[in-house]
Amino acid sequence: MSVLKWSAAQVAKKVINNEELFILDVRNTDAFEDWKIDGHKFEYLNIPYFELLDGVEDILPKIPADKDVLVVCAKEGSSLMVAEMLSEAGRTVAYLEGGMKTWSEYLEPIKVGDLTGGGELYQFVRLGKGCLSYMVISEGEAAIIDAVRFTDAFTSFAEEKNVKIKYVFDTHLHADHISGGRHIAATTGATYYLPPKDAEEVVFDYTPLLDGTAVQVGASKIDVGAIYSPGHTIGSTSFVVDSKYLLTGDILFIDSIGRPDLAGLAEDWVGDLRETLYKRYRELSEDLIVLPAHFMIIDELNEDGTVAKHLGQLFAENHGLNIKDEAEFRSVVTEHLPPQPNAYQEIRRVNMGKITPTQDEQTEMEIGPNRCAVR
Amino acid sequence: MKSNLQLDAKGLSCPMPIVKTKKAIDTLASGEILEVQVTDKGALADIPAWVKAGGHAILDKSEDAGVITFFIQKA
Repeated sequence: MSVLKWSAAQVAKKVINNEELFILDVRNTDAFEDWKIDGHKFEYLNIPYFELLDGVEDILPKIPADKDVLVVCAKEGSSLMVAEMLSEAGRTVAYLEGGMKTWSEYLEPIKVGDLTGGGELYQFVRLGKGCLSYMVISEGEAAIIDAVRFTDAFTSFAEEKNVKIKYVFDTHLHADHISGGRHIAATTGATYYLPPKDAEEVVFDYTPLLDGTAVQVGASKIDVGAIYSPGHTIGSTSFVVDSKYLLTGDILFIDSIGRPDLAGLAEDWVGDLRETLYKRYRELSEDLIVLPAHFMIIDELNEDGTVAKHLGQLFAENHGLNIKDEAEFRSVVTEHLPPQPNAYQEIRRVNMGKITPTQDEQTEMEIGPNRCAVR
Repeated sequence: MKSNLQLDAKGLSCPMPIVKTKKAIDTLASGEILEVQVTDKGALADIPAWVKAGGHAILDKSEDAGVITFFIQKA
């Protein structure tokens, strides 16, 4: 039997198309429990590769013969070894090229919808990490919001679409992943915007992103307008695109809300978070479609793979928007918080430009789920 | 610390450090000590987990200039 090699893109299609898949994850139990490839119809078996060195006979009955089977490890080597052992035992299985490292980096651009005058809005879904970036395209121009560090994915997509990247925004200083924003701006000549209240310690030049800052993408005036919406960080800013979409950054997610503690100031910022979610957002049209900067669980993905929902629906269904009592809200978002994202303090320093780690070091920092939310 | 056998697994990437460690341990008698040097970061978590699963013991672990050294006593 043969060993197949699957790319992260092939696995992403399985996630987005709601297909079945049996994943044999041969990483450490700790690593598996912390973070895995999520799919609506995926089944899992976690056996560390080092328990299989004497053979795979013991686990053969647990591996279905009538389903696609994908062997996964951290970087590829161990999954290939186990896949070859299964192949010698007569099974046809695949292994994930590049392992979880590559999975963490893979970006799938999905069209969210059309904009006025032939424009388009794309969501770049980083399935392995739960990061969402955006590109607004209109009449030969583009704006990018919350770009992750794989800048080629954005610049080559812009080339493909034959558009010039004019504006690059970060809704806030990210703590869970390394921003690609200023690097994209540097290579394309675009203007890079960052909220000044999050940028007090940054060591590079940027254009201040303030409440009311507005740009137009393309001649037909697709507006991208900023709304100051602090709480996850003190600078956190949202965008309304084409009077139709609300890009919430890390303030509001589909099934959760932002956590205020990643810059160490939960107590100070919880009031801002409350104000943003319960006053500022309440003043907006419920017909806006919320596009967050993250998803936490696979159930937040729509049928087409996008992560998007009407603001009105979130007001009705999102627990974090329905805590009437202020004291209770304060306790929910400051106490019993989930663990912080891996290396979040270092990641903030990278995003401030204070340290410049190698690509491998950046990969290490970003390992694991994003953990930016409170449910 | 004294060891009965030294294994140089520097520069090898996953799964080879563990594969070689297992082979080396197999040649030892119970109670004897294997000294392993690795550079692959994955081994940092995997070797202790493998040692635990096999009932062996890590007597010492140290890191110097990117080289991680384990002293493993065979069960």
